[in-house]
Amino acid sequence: MHRLRQNLAHLYMVLFLFFLLAPLVVMSGAAFNDSKLPSIVPWKGWTTVWFTEMVNDQRMMWAFVNTLWVALAVAVIAVIIGTASAILINSISGRVRTVLYGLMISTILIPGVVIGISTMIMWTKLGGALFGPDGKPWPFIPGLHLSVLGQVSYIAAMVMLLVLARLQSFDAGLEEAALDLGASHAQVMRRILLPHLYPAIGAGAAVAFFQSIENFNVTQFTRGGADTLTVYVFSKVRSGITPTINALAFLLICVTLVLALVYEINRRRKARIEAEREAEARRAEAAML
Amino acid sequence: MQDLLRRYGPGLTFMMGLLVAFWLLMLVIVPNITLFEQSFRPYLPVTEIGGPRDTYSLNNYLKVFDGKVEKSFLGHVFTIPVHVYTFSLTIFYSMLVTVICFLMAYPLAYYLAKIVNPKSLPTLLLLLFIPLWVSEVLRAFAWWIILAFKGPLNALLQGIGLIEDPIRWTNMGYAGVVIGLVYTYVLFMLFPVYNAIQSLDSNQIEAAEDLGAPWWKIHWRIVLPHAKPGIASGSVMVFMLSAGSLLVPSILGSTTSQWFTQTIDQWFKDALDWNTASAYAFLLLLVCTLFVTLAMWVFRVKLSDIAK
Repeated sequence: MHRLRQNLAHLYMVLFLFFLLAPLVVMSGAAFNDSKLPSIVPWKGWTTVWFTEMVNDQRMMWAFVNTLWVALAVAVIAVIIGTASAILINSISGRVRTVLYGLMISTILIPGVVIGISTMIMWTKLGGALFGPDGKPWPFIPGLHLSVLGQVSYIAAMVMLLVLARLQSFDAGLEEAALDLGASHAQVMRRILLPHLYPAIGAGAAVAFFQSIENFNVTQFTRGGADTLTVYVFSKVRSGITPTINALAFLLICVTLVLALVYEINRRRKARIEAEREAEARRAEAAML
Repeated sequence: MQDLLRRYGPGLTFMMGLLVAFWLLMLVIVPNITLFEQSFRPYLPVTEIGGPRDTYSLNNYLKVFDGKVEKSFLGHVFTIPVHVYTFSLTIFYSMLVTVICFLMAYPLAYYLAKIVNPKSLPTLLLLLFIPLWVSEVLRAFAWWIILAFKGPLNALLQGIGLIEDPIRWTNMGYAGVVIGLVYTYVLFMLFPVYNAIQSLDSNQIEAAEDLGAPWWKIHWRIVLPHAKPGIASGSVMVFMLSAGSLLVPSILGSTTSQWFTQTIDQWFKDALDWNTASAYAFLLLLVCTLFVTLAMWVFRVKLSDIAK
């Protein structure tokens, strides 16, 4: 009976992985099908024409470049704000901390539609109040910079959580020691606190970058006339669609797979080294006895 | 605060305070207050803004009750305002998605935490993470291909002889939307539940087994209660993401499925009536928050459990 349950569990795991990964395979496969509609049935023969068409699709290339810029800006701003908030939250306590922390966390749960509309309305209304309804200057008109601000408003909270977790293992005594030895405040921050936080900051930047690429709701309401990849793909799916989107999806999945593979190989190498070290230590111990 | 000043000096402390203030005030609080304020104003041409007709009223909110449609439920025929109807269905189907996600994720979370060989765990987790790194719009698009009338799913089902004629998946009310949302958000349920089960001491399970408890009782009395905070945070995530999703319902929706976010989008983008869109967006935020609070009260979970 126990055996049977365990086999069922293994089977379920395989089925779940199939459920998760099969759609990605189908989507990638359609990129190579010589058919005007994106599908894998009926199969009409191999082709790479969709990749050529994708490269020639100027709007898509622009959207791609826009996406990267937005993601980069979001990552930089969210990391700065998120790290500062984590340090601040970590050093206060009591009711103020509860309120601030709750406020920061709640931004993750606010629906993207609400963030998008509220960001858009506030900045355009602010511009209208300052400069009148016509000829508002740059930051107060719809555009991707508003998308960046809207995305930062919740992505910063994710960075904050990552950095805050890392701060738990920080020994504040190190800072005391540095201050006693005559380090300046800036040196304490740059040479002691930040180096300890770098792993979390790096992870936060990666999360922020990918969250920004994924974002649709906020961007859709704030973008003005500009495209990001998500918005472009969305408009393509609703109007006439060609398998160029599949070609793009295939390339993106390949990038993801390569990154995952590099990560996995690196992890296994580290695990092996660790195991060897342990074996060495055990041998040494045995030799001593 | 004293602590910050002593460690990093007034300059750096001031800068950090400024950054946090910018985030919370300029990006969160003031935009939401503006949204709230605008939702009470009428939609007017630019020249009349601030004029005599620009007064506060509840009109934007009352638009929810416009346009009655006739619906029947279990043979009982009634009329209901179309937006109220959309809203109720959005909440209902988001709940359904949450429940399905839990049913799918729980066995797997238990498997990953307690059954699987710890050596292969990191590889499995990495495989599970891959779809998460692929953009949401592409994942919805993948299901758009699969569920197409002449798509692979119908071909497969016909091939193995389960169905005779192809099924119009994308024209069955909310079926496509629910499938898409489950696929997109099931991992947001899996990871919190996995984390919660992982912290359970395996000895407890073994002790229960030794004392003769059947497997379902072990889950009901030991694993589930222990995993409750994880289940709660996963459910809140999945519910809020589903109810707030605009992509999946727009791509996988049928002619008879309307999601509340789509209604908001139409007010904003098609009617260009930002004020009514604000009112609707605020309603979405309000009802979702109330709903989550109520659910947490019913299941006796605290917010602090969720933020863990």
